[in-house]
Amino acid sequence: MEAGARAEARRPEVSLRAPRPRYGEKIIKGLLVLAAFISVLTTTGIVLSLLEETITFFGDVSVGDFLFGTEWAPLFEPASFGVLPLVSGTLITSAIAMLVATPLGLGAAVYLSEYARPAVRKTIKPILELLAGVPTIVFGYFALTFFTPEVLQALFGSSIQIFNALAAGIIIGFLIIPTVASISEDAMSAVPASLREGAFGLGGSKLQVTTRVVFPAALSGIVASLVLAMSRAVGETMVVLIAGGLRPQWGVNVGESMETMTAFIAATGKGDIATGSIAYKTVFAVGMTLFVITLILNLFSIRFVRKYRQVYE
Amino acid sequence: MSAHGETAAAPAEAIGRPTSSRRAKDLGFRLGLLTCLGLAILLLGVLLWDVASDGVDRLSWDFITSFASINADQAGIEAALTGTLWLMGVCAAFIIPVGVATAIYLEEYADNTKWYNRLIEVNIQNLAAVPSIVYGILGLAFLVRGPLSLGPVILAGGLTLGLLVLPVVIIAGREAIRAVPPSIREGSMALGATQWQTIWRQVLPAAVPGIATGVILSLSRAIGETAPLIVVGAATFVAFNPTGLDSNFTAMPIQIFDWISRPSNDVNDYKPLAAAGILLLMIVLLFMNAIAIWLRNRFEQKW
Repeated sequence: MEAGARAEARRPEVSLRAPRPRYGEKIIKGLLVLAAFISVLTTTGIVLSLLEETITFFGDVSVGDFLFGTEWAPLFEPASFGVLPLVSGTLITSAIAMLVATPLGLGAAVYLSEYARPAVRKTIKPILELLAGVPTIVFGYFALTFFTPEVLQALFGSSIQIFNALAAGIIIGFLIIPTVASISEDAMSAVPASLREGAFGLGGSKLQVTTRVVFPAALSGIVASLVLAMSRAVGETMVVLIAGGLRPQWGVNVGESMETMTAFIAATGKGDIATGSIAYKTVFAVGMTLFVITLILNLFSIRFVRKYRQVYE
Repeated sequence: MSAHGETAAAPAEAIGRPTSSRRAKDLGFRLGLLTCLGLAILLLGVLLWDVASDGVDRLSWDFITSFASINADQAGIEAALTGTLWLMGVCAAFIIPVGVATAIYLEEYADNTKWYNRLIEVNIQNLAAVPSIVYGILGLAFLVRGPLSLGPVILAGGLTLGLLVLPVVIIAGREAIRAVPPSIREGSMALGATQWQTIWRQVLPAAVPGIATGVILSLSRAIGETAPLIVVGAATFVAFNPTGLDSNFTAMPIQIFDWISRPSNDVNDYKPLAAAGILLLMIVLLFMNAIAIWLRNRFEQKW
């Protein structure tokens, strides 16, 4: 109250207000808000486009048949719309990918954050960035023309088909290593040096300090990196489309051809399908399933990242 | 780091002088970590070597200046190369203004305590991790058909890729703008500049190198995207260069995918074509990344 009165008394001498209203500033701000709104519109557009066709799809097929059916043959007669074979295909390749990426990615992150000298880190980080920048179609080509015939079939013989879940999963695993490594490394580097010094002062070895102090302290960031990597593995299309095959399979046989949700969408939705046909609708129904799964994973990961940022930054 | 605890004093044993088993464990752990990193780098090396050895014989000027052909010997990538250049042009024209404007809004104007601004932020973080094929579905439903009904043309493909990489540009743009110290803004405002004058004449020029790096990295992600273009309806057999935004098109990754999925036989072997296409794509990518790194090093400002 008192401060306000003082400002009032001063106003006649020096006015801090603009001499004229600045409409231009307001218009510009409005345009910027509009641009920011495009990203919200994108999400809305994704949800709406998926929802519309999914709802008409469920007019033809019951939700229970879709979610719990174990046979996926939408384009055959008689048609069958159980999505579980596609979901299991996605989960199997993603699980294999995580089995590869978790140890390798975390190992690389721990080494870069705790052990590597700055010069070493400076040369290795761009190499990991290069790995992250290779288009996924290149990984698909590599899985089909090199990894399956030259590595897997050489090791396991004819039990491995030319299209198989194992090769697709392992190669996706390598593809998501940079995701795991870079976010985990960020989280571990954010752990204050005082924590490490305290542990060393108590007589801890490098191994003990790394595994029992730094690793737990960075856990939320590490979990975030793994969840985000999982989301990428679930959404990865080209590797499974090229090297995983297109034969929906209910059951676990990693040496055989299978089909994931993403591969089905890419193989069926090739742009020339008729609007409103059952094939068109299945693309959207499967797309919706995929979107919901990755959305849940992404929100988890965003929450965990926020948590570690809050603690140490 | 082996200095700690290594005192020769009498109570050393009580304090815990590193025993040989402890050292062995430390060494083993270290070797394990190196193996992890080594495997990742090894795979990258084998991948590059494999693609190069498959495709280097096929990569020639004829390959770059020939159109698609049923004869593997005569096929080339010209239509895909020009298609990709068109797509990148549309993509850049979309993401630069929209991405930078969003970044400016979020960094310079938005009040972080307001729920709608936090919603925009979480939304962008989530969009960055939505599978690329879902963007393809969005493009198919909204751009190619539905409300805009553009058809499977350059404009639809470019905008789909633009929406896909927009979050990357926004995140990079925000970091670049945040790196400009507040004192620059305060100085400008104190001299009587308005908020927009400050942003336009002080903040943006200082942030341009960072923003440009982000844009190039986003384009280098867009250039290799295959899945969304498949769904949007890029053609696989195109024997002409695009003539405009409303032209049908193919793109390098689409052409490569087509060659990979064609069954090869004794007469026509498409595998070297695919590898040569990949090599060309990787060379373009390497070139773009080199520009980005050069920009970052040349113009990076230490405040």
